Amino acid sequence: MTETPTRRDLLNQIGAIAGGSAVYLAMTSMGFAAESDYAGPVKLEGDPKGASVLILGAGVAGMAAALELRKAGYKVQVLDYNSRAGGRTWTIRGGDTYTELGGETQHCRFAEGLYINPGPWRIPYHHKGMLDYCKRLGVALEPFIQVNHNAYLHSKNAYDGKPQRYREVQADYHGTVAELLAKAVNADKLDDAVSKDDRERLLLSLRSFGALGVDGRYRTGEYASSRRGYAKPPGGGLSAEPESSVISSSSDVLKSGLWRALAVALDYDYQTTLFQPVGGMDMIARAFAREVGDLIRLNSKVTAIRQDETGVTASWCHTVTGEMGQSRADYCLCTIPLSILSQIEMNVGPKLADAIGAVPYAPGMKIGLQFKRRFWEQDEAIYGGISYTDLPISTIGYPATDYFKDGPGVLLGAYPFGPYAYEFTAMTPAERIAKAVEFGAVIHPQYRSEFEHGVAVGWHRVPWSMGCYGQWSSEARAKHYRNLCAMDGRILLAGEHASYIPAWQEGALLSSLDAIGRLHQRVMAR
Amino acid sequence: MRWLFVLLLWSAPALADDDGVFGSPFRFTETSGASIYTHVCAGCHMPDGRGAVGAAAYPSLADDARLAAVGYPIGVVLRGQRAMPPFGRTLSDSQVADVVDYIRTHFGNNYAPPPTETEIRTAR
Repeated sequence: MTETPTRRDLLNQIGAIAGGSAVYLAMTSMGFAAESDYAGPVKLEGDPKGASVLILGAGVAGMAAALELRKAGYKVQVLDYNSRAGGRTWTIRGGDTYTELGGETQHCRFAEGLYINPGPWRIPYHHKGMLDYCKRLGVALEPFIQVNHNAYLHSKNAYDGKPQRYREVQADYHGTVAELLAKAVNADKLDDAVSKDDRERLLLSLRSFGALGVDGRYRTGEYASSRRGYAKPPGGGLSAEPESSVISSSSDVLKSGLWRALAVALDYDYQTTLFQPVGGMDMIARAFAREVGDLIRLNSKVTAIRQDETGVTASWCHTVTGEMGQSRADYCLCTIPLSILSQIEMNVGPKLADAIGAVPYAPGMKIGLQFKRRFWEQDEAIYGGISYTDLPISTIGYPATDYFKDGPGVLLGAYPFGPYAYEFTAMTPAERIAKAVEFGAVIHPQYRSEFEHGVAVGWHRVPWSMGCYGQWSSEARAKHYRNLCAMDGRILLAGEHASYIPAWQEGALLSSLDAIGRLHQRVMAR
Repeated sequence: MRWLFVLLLWSAPALADDDGVFGSPFRFTETSGASIYTHVCAGCHMPDGRGAVGAAAYPSLADDARLAAVGYPIGVVLRGQRAMPPFGRTLSDSQVADVVDYIRTHFGNNYAPPPTETEIRTAR
């Protein structure tokens, strides 16, 4: 897969047109749908006899390795460029400052308790490794709301640019598809494909799938309203009688393109249940740092990695004091993103060197916006979940915590990939925020009166990652992936880029556990 | 699958503003070298073309002798190089020609002639 369109867009398109099995095939060929192979806590048995490991990068991959290797008896040290542990497992709160490449510094002014996760923000139920570490490290989790039937789907070219509720689009789309298919069956168009018995079963299933009448029609009325919602919902007493909402014509439904967004929830990655750490994604980073923080040397920019017959030496420069130094160990587990590692002098073989240079980094951009009140809940009954739009902001994510709270709230005001993410990133933070407010106001006019301030992270301007995640093409994966993961002398790599679950913490974690397992085998075989 | 996608892609309407920014989620719609540089390249190479340094660096394009041979920037823009993502599928031939010409004639560079669309097509 190439860098554009985003995989989510592509999957949406494929899914909507070719059906779920096509999506699954496409996903597996892109390397996204592989089941997490986490098999419980890693067991590194045997005495490593004082062997030492230098870990580069204190993100999820680096800290999990530090935790497990120390527990197994290794001498461990960790270097990280950043001034905090966690890497992309990151949360921005009021009082935090963030300086991006180019020198712009943002001072986040979010109110107490409010935050934005610029990187990962959700953990699917099947990311077993992450969930297990959260449990073992005491990280409290709460449900992340992925699908909210009362959130919006919006296209500037559909329904006069008026946002539609998810439930309306879903009901009308299912109704349209079911009705058309029922018509084809009834016109004997599918006789070659469907047996006589199955024909009746199919018609029955279409009625239930699409909320069709006994005549196979999807029409305005009680049944359709029980799916898409009511013009006047049922109540009690004298004014109880519901009024049906009016369905869209099949032509409007198809023309709208809003069905694209429905496929997101079909994606294995986004199926319920998903979780988030209570208080922000960096609760995971903090929990790891509680365990292994004493091993981590922060503010250390790695400038060279040299291996010889007896060990590996990383040269570093302190990012604040300019102090230069070296750290040495028998082995090195390097979790530095390839965008950065590809520029660090390093004596590895040509296969690994080529692999390191073969993976460009995807763009990504997130904006957190603080509003005076949680108008999405108070005015629109949207409690968590996501609205999708074809405006450049792509996504509005509503906080899945602190429901009904008075006072200000923060939502995710933009989360594009692809060209829109590049275009946002090329702006100043203030311009990005102003644009996100302008676009978001199309969906929520309350933005205009309720917006207070925001913070914007364009991942290509993040100094310690220089891109969002490793964007493997299928060609590059076929040619380089195994070489990237293979041990080269005394060096091996880990991180989301060394996984088939790119961009997810689970990929970083599993790659790390796999790497230290192989490293341990090697040490035990000495 | 690929063809299906391409059809959809072409049917995506461009509603870009005057500078061509934010016209499509799938491809860039900026219409001049200056606009492409400002709204895409500057994200990393910065508005002044001097790049930036963090844990690693985005190279400066200023006074860059490597831009003398036009094939080099064309190849890097189309196919990417290490951390630099490929833009071959998100920029048209004329856009690549325009932006390559832009960086070869700005930031202290002064290389002529501008690349032709044919050169870009051949390099793909």
